[in-house]
Amino acid sequence: MTIKRFVGTLAGLGLAMAFATNAAAEEDERFINLASTTSTEQSGLFDAILPQFKEATGIDVRVVAVGTGQAFELARRGDADSLLVHDTAGEKAFIEEGYATERQPVMYNDFVLIGPGEDPADIADADDAADAFARIADAEVPFASRGDDSGTNRAELRLWESAGVDPGGEWYRELGSGMGPTLNTAAGMDAYVMSDRATWVAFDNRQDLEILFDGDEALFNQYGSLLISEERHPHLKHDLAKQWHEWLISADGQQAIADYELDGQQLFFPNAGENGDD
Amino acid sequence: MLSEDNAFTTALQLIIGLDETLVGIVALSMQVSLTAVLIAAMLGLPLGAAVALWRFPGRGLVIIILNAFMGLPPVVAGLVVYLMLSRAGPLGELGLLFTPSAMVIAQILLILPIIAALTRQHTEERWDEYREQLTSFRVSRVRAIPTLLWDARFSLMTVILAGFGRASAEVGAVMIVGGNIDGVTRVMTTAIVLETNKGNLPLALGLGMILLLLVALINAGAFLIGEEARRRLG
Repeated sequence: MTIKRFVGTLAGLGLAMAFATNAAAEEDERFINLASTTSTEQSGLFDAILPQFKEATGIDVRVVAVGTGQAFELARRGDADSLLVHDTAGEKAFIEEGYATERQPVMYNDFVLIGPGEDPADIADADDAADAFARIADAEVPFASRGDDSGTNRAELRLWESAGVDPGGEWYRELGSGMGPTLNTAAGMDAYVMSDRATWVAFDNRQDLEILFDGDEALFNQYGSLLISEERHPHLKHDLAKQWHEWLISADGQQAIADYELDGQQLFFPNAGENGDD
Repeated sequence: MLSEDNAFTTALQLIIGLDETLVGIVALSMQVSLTAVLIAAMLGLPLGAAVALWRFPGRGLVIIILNAFMGLPPVVAGLVVYLMLSRAGPLGELGLLFTPSAMVIAQILLILPIIAALTRQHTEERWDEYREQLTSFRVSRVRAIPTLLWDARFSLMTVILAGFGRASAEVGAVMIVGGNIDGVTRVMTTAIVLETNKGNLPLALGLGMILLLLVALINAGAFLIGEEARRRLG
């Protein structure tokens, strides 16, 4: 009967596809889920270093790129085997809460202040980063903030604090977006914006925006790798995650990070073992 | 720099070059959304028909809920499925988070209400029409369901295509439960978001064009099959 055949085919197809989907997912068990930040993913760093790690160990690293706040939350709930983020204060708190057992500085890059080429707030002549932020607040020119509790957002808020400004008002626009969308929006409304250098260099849709201020130590952006607590989340792949963590701070891993260039620029500077994380 | 022309050439280059990564992304998109729509149809068609045929207390409420859930925001569906599948959630033991299976589940949640609600509507109209005839032949309601569904098959095909359209077009749910992992859970829509975030707008738009083309092809296929069947059956 036609109806039966039709329903039968439909059911068969559905089951076959459900199995195929599952098979694809379980193909390779030697992988870890790494919660990391959008900046590391979007700058292309992972595309460059993950194949080298895979060659050395046979382990696939599956990157879930989210804001630092969400990355912490994923790890807290036991959904990530490993963490690579850039919020030193948050990372230390994470260890104190007992969710992670060890933190290692891995690399740094820096934040840059970007704005329209005419520079209406004249931040290019600022003495330091705090002065640049104060000038933006004085001029009340549009500033696009991530507003998403990411590592970059947290760093930006600390800089406002050091400038003695409580940002708010019509010129201060909290977008609640990742770095890329924030740059897209800033380009659209000729706003000032703070970005990590890696995302900026990899970013194409710049329109009138350019780097106006950089180089201050206060704009230092440290990345750290965390070992998640085995006690809290015994189900995670701690052995594989430990191999990844140790590879990152090994000579090979550090070299792989140093070798990554985009448009002839080195974007991340390895500094494992150095005491420069505060 | 950015123009539609640019995006169009990018799309063409991607299609002609049969870029391996792109093929993988397209295949996964189709696999996830087609699986979701098939399972949702297997559940939604009988469910919708059952609500159409039986009168029970709270039926009005069920219909209202089904209709309301047609407007479920994908990101909310994603969040709910994430909380269920997260290790800290009730189904965490299954280890499904950040796999294609999780994406299928989220999309089923999104399109099941559409298929069930619209099926209810279509079969109820036919039930009103054929009720006397069917009962005079002593056809039970359970036996009447396949007949009514079959009779409404052309309308229901459109319903299923609407479900497929929603599944393949949404990004909020698959982004949260899949994690947009390169080579594992990256589908067309999440790839488009990623390229947009990178400011790579021509590539993002190019991918969008390819997605639209694929959905159009599937719709064309369904349309032609429907026309052929209509012609044969008179």
